[in-house]
Amino acid sequence: MAFSGFRVVKEALTGHKGWGPLWRNPEPQAQYDFIIIGGGGHGLATAYHLAKTYGKSRIAVLEKGWLGSGNIGRNTTIIRSNYLLPGNQPFYEFSMKLWENQEQDLNFNSMVSQRTIINLFHSDGQRDAYRRRGNAMHLSGAGGTLLSQHELREIAPFLNYDNARFPIKGGLRQERAGTARHDGVAWGYARAADRLGVDLIQNCEVTGFRIQAGKLQGVETTRGYIGAKKVGVAVAGSSSRVMAQAGIRLPIESHVLQAFVSEGLKPIIPGVITFGAGHFYVSQSDKGGLVFGGDIDGYNTYAQRGNLPVIEDVLEGGMALMPMLGRARLLRSWGGIMDMSMDGSPIIDRTEIEGLYLNAGWCYGGFKATPASGYTFAHLLATDTPHDTATAYRLDRFARGYVIDEKGVGAQPNLH
Amino acid sequence: MLIPHPLLGLRDAQEFTYLGDATLLNRPDPQSETADAAFHDYVYLRDNPAGVHRELWFHDAGDRSWLVVTRDTTTHEILGAELARDVKLGITA
Ligand SMILES: Cc1cc2nc3c(=O)[nH]c(=O)nc-3n(C[C@H](O)[C@H](O)[C@H](O)COP(=O)(O)OP(=O)(O)OC[C@H]3O[C@@H](n4cnc5c(N)ncnc54)[C@H](O)[C@@H]3O)c2cc1C
Repeated sequence: MAFSGFRVVKEALTGHKGWGPLWRNPEPQAQYDFIIIGGGGHGLATAYHLAKTYGKSRIAVLEKGWLGSGNIGRNTTIIRSNYLLPGNQPFYEFSMKLWENQEQDLNFNSMVSQRTIINLFHSDGQRDAYRRRGNAMHLSGAGGTLLSQHELREIAPFLNYDNARFPIKGGLRQERAGTARHDGVAWGYARAADRLGVDLIQNCEVTGFRIQAGKLQGVETTRGYIGAKKVGVAVAGSSSRVMAQAGIRLPIESHVLQAFVSEGLKPIIPGVITFGAGHFYVSQSDKGGLVFGGDIDGYNTYAQRGNLPVIEDVLEGGMALMPMLGRARLLRSWGGIMDMSMDGSPIIDRTEIEGLYLNAGWCYGGFKATPASGYTFAHLLATDTPHDTATAYRLDRFARGYVIDEKGVGAQPNLH
Repeated sequence: MLIPHPLLGLRDAQEFTYLGDATLLNRPDPQSETADAAFHDYVYLRDNPAGVHRELWFHDAGDRSWLVVTRDTTTHEILGAELARDVKLGITA
C-alpha cells in the first residue's frame, strides 16, 4: 500500500493497526535473470532501477547480513555534486537530480534535505582552486557560489575566522547539496524494489562463483547454489574479497573510516561545513546531534572499527574550526570499511568473465552516488553498454592511463 | 597499535607512515618483454586480503627505516616486524 498523508491520518485514527512489513522475506529461487550481490544502497538501487527503469524481472538481491547493515547505514549522509573532473562531475550531478525526485519516485520519506554545503578556503591559492571547481560545477549545471569571508560570517558566525595558522577567507557553497536519512534510503529502495517483484534475500552470503569456459553460471551461497544469467557485484568494502572468488584482483584497498555524533543540541550548524585546512566536516542531524568525521585511519583493514589517533586528529580539526565544539559531549563513534580505489574514483564496468559485472571503488563518498550508481549499473546490466554519465568508470582505465584522480595523489589509496 | 621495531622495541604506530602491501618491494624488471603489464599489476592491483597482511611502514618520526609489518587486517593484531632491508636481502632473523 502506498504511503500518503491521508494514510498517516487514517492509521492514527485506527490505532496504527494497518501498517505491515515494508518487504517480503522470500526463499531464494533456483535461477534468476539478474543477481545483485550486496544489499547496501547501491545494490538495492540497482535492483530497483533494473525493474523500474529497464523493465527487467526475475531479479534477486543477495545480502550476507541484513539489508543496510553495511556502509549505507554508517555514513555521515552528505550528498553533493561539487566535483572537478569531467569523468566525475556529470555523474554526481545526475545523482543529485535523482535525489531531488527520490522521495516521490520511491514513495518513501528518505528525508532528503538540500540544506547546502560550504567548503571553506584558507588561502588565496585555495580560493583560486575553489573558483575553478565552482566553474566546473556550473558547466555541469550543478550551480554554486563563491562566498567572501564577510558573507560567511553572516551564515556561520561561530567559526574561528581569525585562527592564526588557518584563517578562514571564505567558502564555496553548493546550495543544492545537503543530507538524507541513510537507512531511509536503503529502506526506500528495498521497499520499492520488492513491490516491483525483486526478491530481497537476507542472511545469504555469496561464497563462490560457478564459471564455465569464461562464462558465469551462478553463485554459491550459504543458502545453496543459485543460477543467474548476469551477476552484479556491489559489496563496497568487501569488493576485493568477493572478486577474489572469481580470480580477479582489483585496484582497491579496504580502509576504515570513522564517524562521530554528539549529544542532541538546538539547531546551530547551517547545512554542511567542511574545513579546508585539515580533514573535518560537520552537519547537524534532525535530532540535533552534530554528525562529523575526517580522515580514514590509513592502513588496510576489515575490522569495521578504527583507532584513537584518528579520533584525536578529527577532534583537533573540529576544535580548530569551531572551538565551541569543545562544549558538546560525544555520544558515540563507529567505523565502516571503505573500498578505496587507486585513483579515488569508482568502477562501474563489465569484467573479463562473461555475465559478471562490477560496481566498486566508492571510497568514502558513495552515499551521494547511490541513486546514480544504481541507475547506471542497472543500465550496464540491462544493455551491456555504459550509461552516458559513467563512461569514464572503466576497470581498465588504470592500464590505459585514464585515471580519474581528483586529488592528484597517485596510486596511493590512503591519500585519496 | 604498537609496532615491535626490530631495533627500537615497541613503538607507537603514530610514529610511522603507512605505504601498503609489501609486494611493493618486488619492483618488476623494466627491461622485460612484459614490463607494461607487470608494472600495471605492480602499481595498481592488490590482493587486499582479510586476515594476515605483510605491509610496508616507514618510521618517519623515528630512525627512518622501512619495516615489513605482519598484521591481521580483521583484528589489527600485529604479528611481527622486520627491517625491509633484511626482507629484500633475504636475511631472516
Ligand atoms: C563513516 C562513514 C562516513 C561516510 N560518509 C559519507 C558521506 O558523507 N557522503 C557520501 O557520499 N558517502 C559517505 N560514505 C561512503 C558511503 O557510505 C559508501 O560509499 C556507500 O554506502 C557504499 O555503497 P553501499 O551502500 O552499496 O555499501 P554497503 O552498505 O556497505 O553495501 C554492501 C553490502 O554488501 C554486503 N556483502 C559483502 N560481502 C557479501 C557477500 N559475500 N555476499 C553477500 N553480501 C555481501 C554487505 O553486508 C553490505 O550490506 C561514508 C562511509 C562511512 C563508513
